[in-house]
Amino acid sequence: MEVKKEELLHIANLARLKLQDDEIEKYLLNLQDILNFANIVNKAPIEGLKETVRERDSYNVFRKDQVEEFNNIDGMIKNFPDEQDNMIRVPKVVQ
Amino acid sequence: MDITELTVHELQDKLKNKELTITEITKAYVDRINEKEKDVEAFITLTTDEAMKKADIIEKKINNREIDGDLAGIPIGIKDNMCTQGVKTTCASKMLENFVAPYNATVVEKINNENMISLGKTNMDEFAMGSSTETSYFKKTKNPWDLNRVPGGSSGGSAAAVAANMVPWALGSDTGGSIRQPAGCCGVVGLKPTYGLVSRFGLVAYASSLDQIGTFTKDVQDTAILLNVIAGHDENDSTSADIERKDYTKCLKNDVKGLKIAVPKEFFGEGINLEVKANLEKAIEKYKELGAIVEEVSLDIANYALAAYYIIACAEASSNLGRFDGIRYGYRSPKFNNLRDIYINSRSEGFGDEVKRRIILGTYVLSSGYYDAFYKKGQQVRTLVKNKFDEVFENYDIILTPTAPTTAFKIGEKSDNPLEMYLSDICTVSVNIAGLPGLSIPCGVDSNGMPVGMQLIGKRFDEGTILNAGYTYEQATKFRENYKPQFKN
Repeated sequence: MEVKKEELLHIANLARLKLQDDEIEKYLLNLQDILNFANIVNKAPIEGLKETVRERDSYNVFRKDQVEEFNNIDGMIKNFPDEQDNMIRVPKVVQ
Repeated sequence: MDITELTVHELQDKLKNKELTITEITKAYVDRINEKEKDVEAFITLTTDEAMKKADIIEKKINNREIDGDLAGIPIGIKDNMCTQGVKTTCASKMLENFVAPYNATVVEKINNENMISLGKTNMDEFAMGSSTETSYFKKTKNPWDLNRVPGGSSGGSAAAVAANMVPWALGSDTGGSIRQPAGCCGVVGLKPTYGLVSRFGLVAYASSLDQIGTFTKDVQDTAILLNVIAGHDENDSTSADIERKDYTKCLKNDVKGLKIAVPKEFFGEGINLEVKANLEKAIEKYKELGAIVEEVSLDIANYALAAYYIIACAEASSNLGRFDGIRYGYRSPKFNNLRDIYINSRSEGFGDEVKRRIILGTYVLSSGYYDAFYKKGQQVRTLVKNKFDEVFENYDIILTPTAPTTAFKIGEKSDNPLEMYLSDICTVSVNIAGLPGLSIPCGVDSNGMPVGMQLIGKRFDEGTILNAGYTYEQATKFRENYKPQFKN
């Protein structure tokens, strides 16, 4: 199956990735290769079978709504790429 | 006596008999790492200085009877995708190069509670995406049996560290074979437990419905000991199973008489290296000698499962890795004028080649127009694979296959061909797709002296049976006494 360049760029944009020219060429070929192989799922004897989304059939796993304090705030703040007064700094969002 | 040659249960015996002290053991491993790390490159972050200090503290506490415990002072290696408070967790990615988790993964907490000593964080494929540990942003780990070859992946650092005696055992994670395949490549024992047996809390997510934490050890007895530590329900992981706790060491009976083993012929056909096949056939004969009932069955799912795996895993990855946006933690590109630039530039510069490839593939199969043709079909194949396994398990206790189609390949041999690399997982992915436990144990070497792995697959939550089967085989064949890594150049 063929993947068009525009399609790849559209998908990359949805995934918030910007591809370089050499990456575009390479990924186009890779993607076609892999999808051609993956297409075998369309030949599998799966008619009438339900989809399995998860391994365990648990549904709505509840726990008590108890407040638990997280006491390593500094540890979190240290990971902020940019910080001011214990808050994450980002560029202006509303113009 | 070379301390680093010993298994953990042997170390425990020597600690009990006062033949060894905790500091002697830790020092022996630190020395071994200092000697071998330049060749093997198994670690991303070493914590050997902290380990020596901790050994001293634990030893004093034991002498003062403040703590006891069978595993206090035993060293361990941890794959670098499990959160360790105060120590970097990089996932082998530029994206998390400087990330220091503010909390511990549940498995790390359990290891700390036993007073085990971490020697460091082991190398891996970036975000666990790969089968050779070559996609790591930091370094390429070498296979201790032949330094020109890969250790397998994605948990290649953990596998190589155990094989090279740099740690007595280690933790890894397995989404499509990432414990079993490197264990096979490096001639050590690797266990992927049943999905849900071990908490994933604090494991950086790749494909959440398939990821599972497991063990690398020198022998099966150690696997049982370490599984006892890490298994168990965790409120912080809603997919973790609330089942009764077992002592897995009690499952090791050294007896497989009457055990019914299924050998699926499709796992021995096209694409499986002849030497791998020959070694597996010898192992099958050994099981027959030991009194097991071995029969050939048909289980024609490997190709379907591999295709479904790459669809499902990449789809889940594209969603899971959406969180890396340069805002709250992780890499932020210095090049931006607005918020959108931060997202795009941070992700484009922070992720490596294979990670981007899988995010794109995952986004593709989830996008409208392709969802039905790929993602939905992949989920139906998952049902098919589960049903086929269940059918076999109606009549058999375990399923025996090769761990991988080949032994460890040369560094660089497959890095330009993603699809060929993906085929390395052909024997292992179906086990994740069906959520089953799988054990890889060494069963011989090929003509290059590279280890061959045998995979034993069990019923859900029946780790005991595959551990016993592995243990019985190991006791009868003694792979570790006959073969050792040569660090061939």
